[in-house]
Amino acid sequence: MKTARRSRLTEAFERLREKGEKALVTFITAGDPDLETTARLIPELERSGADIIELGIPFSDPMADGPTIQAASERALKSGTTLAKVLRLVRDVRKKSSIPIVLFGYYNPVFSYGLERFAADAARAGCDGVLIVDLPPEESGELKRELDRVGLDLVHLLTPTSDEQRMTLVARKASGFIYYVSVTGVTGARKKLAASIRDAVKRVRRHTSLPVGVGFGISTPEQARNVSRFADGVIVGSAIVDIIARNAGSKDLVGKVGRFVSGLKRGMRG
Amino acid sequence: MSDKGRRRVPDRLGHFGVYGGRYISETLMPAVLELEKAYARFKNDRDFNKEFDHYLGQYVGRPTALYYAERLTRRLGGPKVYLKREDLCHTGAHKVNNTIGQVLLARRMGKTRIIAETGAGQHGVATATVAAIFGLDCEIYMGEEDIKRQAPNVLRMRLLGAKVNPVSSGSRTLKDAMNEALRDWVTNVYNTFYIIGSVAGPHPYPMMVRDFQSVIGREARRQILRAEGRLPDLLVACVGGGSNAIGLFHPFLGDGNVAMVGVEAGGLGLRTGKHAASICGGRVGVLHGSKSYLLQDRFGQIKHTHSISAGLDYPGVGPEHSYLHDTGRVEYTAVTDNEAFEAFRLLSETEGIIPALESSHAVAYVARNAKKLGPDKVVIINLSGRGDKDLATVSERMGFTV
Repeated sequence: MKTARRSRLTEAFERLREKGEKALVTFITAGDPDLETTARLIPELERSGADIIELGIPFSDPMADGPTIQAASERALKSGTTLAKVLRLVRDVRKKSSIPIVLFGYYNPVFSYGLERFAADAARAGCDGVLIVDLPPEESGELKRELDRVGLDLVHLLTPTSDEQRMTLVARKASGFIYYVSVTGVTGARKKLAASIRDAVKRVRRHTSLPVGVGFGISTPEQARNVSRFADGVIVGSAIVDIIARNAGSKDLVGKVGRFVSGLKRGMRG
Repeated sequence: MSDKGRRRVPDRLGHFGVYGGRYISETLMPAVLELEKAYARFKNDRDFNKEFDHYLGQYVGRPTALYYAERLTRRLGGPKVYLKREDLCHTGAHKVNNTIGQVLLARRMGKTRIIAETGAGQHGVATATVAAIFGLDCEIYMGEEDIKRQAPNVLRMRLLGAKVNPVSSGSRTLKDAMNEALRDWVTNVYNTFYIIGSVAGPHPYPMMVRDFQSVIGREARRQILRAEGRLPDLLVACVGGGSNAIGLFHPFLGDGNVAMVGVEAGGLGLRTGKHAASICGGRVGVLHGSKSYLLQDRFGQIKHTHSISAGLDYPGVGPEHSYLHDTGRVEYTAVTDNEAFEAFRLLSETEGIIPALESSHAVAYVARNAKKLGPDKVVIINLSGRGDKDLATVSERMGFTV
């Protein structure tokens, strides 16, 4: 059974629902191109309308990611980003901001850090949830136990390939929100989104009362608006990471990202 | 026969002790579950096995010989050395045993498109070959570095009608090819069958590939009993992902008096850090769908590996090997590039057999330990592949110009 504890993630979704709004969830890779920039980007994302931050933990072999986020991961590792430094960054951000932060990554860096230590440090730093792409519910028991102990959500994915059985299983294990992956494929901007996403989200809702965020491929204010009509959250990653990549070294990098995110938020409100 | 203390592995969820499992994205879970179901259904199906045996016998050329290497034995002055001649399989390596099994499964599952990763190109060739027989679309992912050093196999795959996709990310070798194959699979999951070439990846691959490759050990067991009237004292095989090794070892696991050694790629030496010996030089982690020993830095980032042999140049190892290491049933060790290279020449000169650089690692271990093993022992080396593909690498090293 779900615990009675209400996480900052759940609260963020509820607050927005009361206002009749949907959550804009923005992804950036921590340390891309360096941690100082990430530290400036997070408050800017918040100011520009992001409701939740997904913070990517860079990994050498990001097999669920397309070229854009692969490259971000590479840049972050090159600038010396480690999981310990990402957690320190979150701790610093927390001095100024209470925006919910979900760590997003692959299992091996977390496993290598030590599950118990990771959960404790992530909670102490002020993280709210964790999403591990290559950790389906079948294997997530150990991490889930540690995260439960410190009150962090473990966000799980559902996808276009998920049948009723998977939906039941994932809904039972997930907390915080459900991340619905809108396409079969890797992360990255898509010109067109499938019309079937709306029905898929409806199917997901039959299995859970958790908020449902939709991600993968959303890159324009129009797409964000369309998805926000039926989903509780709109997740945008590669499109933002792409702006970071194209403006690396530019003084206006943070501003450009902010303006793009404001545009997304306006789209969703419009 | 004592079977004491041996648990049946893997368990229902694909765990070999703490290893194995299914660490993959949710998109792929239904595909992997579908595969598991199909394999469970067909592995004891009469028609499936009849067709599998037919292709192994009539197309691959099984059983492969168990050859007593008399001159090598004399030269080494140690144990009696037998070679399990997987190099004589059609396409030149043991890899085809597995690709036949998986393609037969793919057809029964109604999949129309085949993908695979390859390092040395042997698995790529074996996959392209079976795709050709059954007229299936086939795309192979191969690191740019490996495309350079294994050019003949690239040409072979193309001749067989496969598309070879160069992979330029990361270290541009086998692990990166596997990343890219997984990205393809997640994108085309509905019509595509991913033929993994080693006992790696998410469950059921490590178990299924082991089962298909176990034909090696079953034959060898029969053949050595016929030749020597007894079981061997030692089995030796090279281990990258470890499919040829598990194939030879598995049918002997219950034979308590048969020792087994898996030989990893020691590269420039374990102390240099430039090697691909996951068990000897790594620690437990998760990559490409399973938990196993892994070469990684202290932050859990996967290390670039090095080996003279493209087929062993991989930072992980099959989960069952990790399990067999921990239980102590199999001993894992490493030999260097130089030792493998010397063994390559030794076998070529003494027996007229040019081995793959991968298999040369196993030969090198026996050469190094021949005196210690002594003359009354019987050893089987798995000669997993032939060395034609390595001629460019070897001639460069020997300073030959052709």
